[in-house]
Amino acid sequence: MSPSNPLLSVTGLHKAFGENQVLKGIDFTVHSGEVVALIGPSGSGKTTALRCLNGLEIADAGTVGFTGGPEVSFSAGLKPKTAQILRSRSAMVFQGHHLFPHLTVLQNVSIGPIEVQKRPKDQVLAEAKKLLARVGLEAKADAYPNSLSGGQQQRVGIVRALMQQPDLLLFDEPTSALDPELVGEVLTVIKELAQEGWSMVLVTHELAFARDVADTVVFMDGGVVVETGPASQVLSTPANTRTQAFVQRLLHPF
Amino acid sequence: MDSKWQLLLDSLGPLALGAITATIPLALVSMALGLLIALLMALMRISKNRVISSIARVYISIIRGTPLLVQLFVIFYGMPSVGLTIDPWPSAIIAFSLNIGGYAAEIIRAAILSVPQGQWEAGYTLGMSRTRTLYRLILPQATRVAVPPLSNSFISLVKDTSLASTILVTEMFRKAQEITASTYEFLLLYCEAAAIYWVICLVLSALQNSVEGRLEKYVAK
Repeated sequence: MSPSNPLLSVTGLHKAFGENQVLKGIDFTVHSGEVVALIGPSGSGKTTALRCLNGLEIADAGTVGFTGGPEVSFSAGLKPKTAQILRSRSAMVFQGHHLFPHLTVLQNVSIGPIEVQKRPKDQVLAEAKKLLARVGLEAKADAYPNSLSGGQQQRVGIVRALMQQPDLLLFDEPTSALDPELVGEVLTVIKELAQEGWSMVLVTHELAFARDVADTVVFMDGGVVVETGPASQVLSTPANTRTQAFVQRLLHPF
Repeated sequence: MDSKWQLLLDSLGPLALGAITATIPLALVSMALGLLIALLMALMRISKNRVISSIARVYISIIRGTPLLVQLFVIFYGMPSVGLTIDPWPSAIIAFSLNIGGYAAEIIRAAILSVPQGQWEAGYTLGMSRTRTLYRLILPQATRVAVPPLSNSFISLVKDTSLASTILVTEMFRKAQEITASTYEFLLLYCEAAAIYWVICLVLSALQNSVEGRLEKYVAK
């Protein structure tokens, strides 16, 4: 992680759902190779912020820009299509994996590269098999998602995102929907990717994991960034009282 | 008694011929065209454009709110008054297609809406357009949901084709009527026709089950 090399800049992100002002001006940057964890209480806006980065949510104001383009300047009337250009640079792993039940595992992870990115089919399939093997699922290539466990499904979801060859990986609470005993296998994969140098933004409730894997922690509350800093510092000796209270509550729930 | 059996056997040929040359093709063609209309109407109905969705809403309302027999009569007996004379067969196909289009539109709309929002988002995040997401990801999943109610519509349609007898289409039921005109065996012939409709519908139900089974894997769990 080198501070001189910003990959993604987010400035002044605002978003309201009706009367509910969810984001009230969010700023942060992600550098190349950096792992940023977005943490905060439920309703703090962290998932909404993450979805804006992928154009799944149209912010009312603010900009999201990747180095070397594209930069998207949000406004309320922005066409969803305009925000779509962000998807050429980032890939999303959903909380609920959202695999396609009518396609095999192999088809799930290769449909985007083959049909949208128009990459050569045999090359894509070879890469897909390699990545599935990496997450221990080479034997499941021809299985349907319904026959997989939650942890396996989420690992396929990660491979699907990797197959997009993005510059930035986005994780939206990737383990929140999993049974506790399945969390580890997914976190292991994410940690390996982080160690390999993937840039990522991670919305998570797993503070111990964030401390272990993230370079930077962004603590959000009430639609604003309350505190940003190195993971060890924000999670161990937070400067802000709200961050302190939140970290205490999650690390020592009883 | 023997003569009744003989009549039953003798009429089986003409009735089966009516089923094969008219009832079944009429139902198949109308269903195919009706599904196209229904898909279009379903997509218009879920459009965010108020005008477009209203057009579909009014269409569906009119089709569902008026009797099929009246729709047939408007097209076949009514249209000539405005200089548009349509032959019996095309009239029947137009009426049945429009009718199925109205009913199936609601079925397809509900099936599309039953696919979780996350499936759309997963398509978008892969860079897919709305259209590609719809036909590659959403419709295959919606199909499984729509098959049972659509089968129901199709089975109804097979029986409703008997209404075409009123606009001079010589389908199975009209064949039966023609035979009764000379034999006066109303009960026998109409029951025989009913039995053939029943057999056709039994076959369709069996087909439905097998299609449902094959689509089972398409269901998100």
